[in-house]
Amino acid sequence: MAVAAAAADEHGRGAGGPVIDIRGLSLTFMTRDGPVEALSGINLEVARGEFVSLIGPSGCGKTTLLRVIADLEKPSVGSITVNGVSPQEAREKRAYGYIFQAPALYPWRNIARNVALPLEIMGLPKEERRRRITSNLDLVNLTGFERKFPWQLSGGMQQRASIARALAVEPGLLLMDEPFGALDEIVRDHLNEQLLALWAKTNKTVVFVTHSIPEAVFLSTEIVVMSPRPGRIHDVIRSTLPRERNLDIRETPEFLKIAHRVRDGLRAGHSYDD
Amino acid sequence: MTVATSAYSDARRPGIVVRFLASKFVAVSVVVLVILAIWYVGAVFLNANAQRLADQRDGVTPTWIEFVEATWSQSKPRLPAPHQVAEEIYRTTVLTKPTSANSLIYNSWVTLSSTLLGFAIGTALGIGLATLVVHVRSLDRSLMPWIVSSQTIPILAIAPMIIVVLAAIGLTGLLPKALISTYLSFFPVTVGMVKGLRSPEPIHLDLLRTYSASRGQVFLKLRWPASLPFLFVSMKVAIAAALVGAIVGELPTGAVAGLGARLLGGSYYGLTQQMWAALVAASVMAGILIGIVGLAERLVVRGMGAPR
Repeated sequence: MAVAAAAADEHGRGAGGPVIDIRGLSLTFMTRDGPVEALSGINLEVARGEFVSLIGPSGCGKTTLLRVIADLEKPSVGSITVNGVSPQEAREKRAYGYIFQAPALYPWRNIARNVALPLEIMGLPKEERRRRITSNLDLVNLTGFERKFPWQLSGGMQQRASIARALAVEPGLLLMDEPFGALDEIVRDHLNEQLLALWAKTNKTVVFVTHSIPEAVFLSTEIVVMSPRPGRIHDVIRSTLPRERNLDIRETPEFLKIAHRVRDGLRAGHSYDD
Repeated sequence: MTVATSAYSDARRPGIVVRFLASKFVAVSVVVLVILAIWYVGAVFLNANAQRLADQRDGVTPTWIEFVEATWSQSKPRLPAPHQVAEEIYRTTVLTKPTSANSLIYNSWVTLSSTLLGFAIGTALGIGLATLVVHVRSLDRSLMPWIVSSQTIPILAIAPMIIVVLAAIGLTGLLPKALISTYLSFFPVTVGMVKGLRSPEPIHLDLLRTYSASRGQVFLKLRWPASLPFLFVSMKVAIAAALVGAIVGELPTGAVAGLGARLLGGSYYGLTQQMWAALVAASVMAGILIGIVGLAERLVVRGMGAPR
């Protein structure tokens, strides 16, 4: 992984093919009121080691797109590969960790056993499970909370536990669906900073769904602006910010310039119509 | 400061008399006393006719206090007074050997054993059926209507047939009776577990899909633990139903032992004390059984880390 990062070219693109390659993808849901076009003509490439945000108003299909990558939805038209194989194969190889809007911890398992859940399903031996639980809880600063049950933790801590659970699978790709959407601003800022540090440390590829402009600009190396009805990609913005950032960067003209372009993109996509 | 605090807490904290009057013990006792009072009054009215006839026959004219006392001490009353039922229970438990056919303990054990066996089979059957219904789509549509309609048949009508059919294939004794308990107890477990096994949220199911978990793993890691609260609720209903099933199974089948047989025998010979004693034994047993299920539930829930 370190070698791949070192070999990254000037655009920050890693060696090898793209982690995610989507071409001409559309998805139509059949509902009782007739077909609804959730995604239309999506083309997207995500290179290794990138932090890509999907931003757009609700109903623009950003979550649906993430679910297609995760093989939780099947596209109607078009092609998609994850790590060079179909999403289903990638899922079966446990190529990604998925973090949901809600922590989705099992209430009857304590934190350590929640993190152990995917490891049990993978059939890992006990020693290896224990090693991964310890190291990943440490990574999200939850050491000492192993025996606590989810209800004993704050919302932010629960979401961190769910990140540790996703990391424990040791995937190269993290799919995050508005993971901090339900948290307050202060906790959210804090977790954003921690997430960036984690990303730098682990060198993973991240696809991050959000509807917050500052969050997208602060975290991403690439911002994909989407527009609704039907869901399509309106603009793809390469971040000019350095990979290492702290929260103060949000005051810089550079940051505001990117944020402005994202806002323009959202407005042009008629996102503010209703 | 200390003085002020203690004065404050004294003012806040109700006195011992007030706390005692507000306690659960008092609340329950009051209800019991009211029921006993109604029972005694009822016994006077229900037994009054027979008492008047007996007094006429004997040519005595009692005072009303003597009359009331007499209605509470008839040998074959229409409604025995509570102390008569208590005497009967004392006689058939403490004064009778537990191995005797007249012992209430022995007869309760006969009913209890078939209740427990029927409940165990019924719970296993209910869990099995619910698992099938949840996992096989066609069974959901084909099996569920039959499961529901099975409970519309009066158990009193079908019980003798079950006994006769099973006797014809050589099954007698405990099992046929237990199967009537099964018939009543599998239903709440099936319905509760179908709901319980379907209770996991979509997000929890999606999570396991991202791990490409097998159906067996989804069952063991998610559906089963999520369904446990539903299982215990249905088991409480099921064990009471199993007890009813065992007693009903003893009624039309000429059983010689069990609480049902005591009820039947009591009604043949007008031994109302015996019937009431059997009824009290049955309700005490139901209370204990439901209590045991509740205790098991609390232990399991605590093990599953629920907030206390």
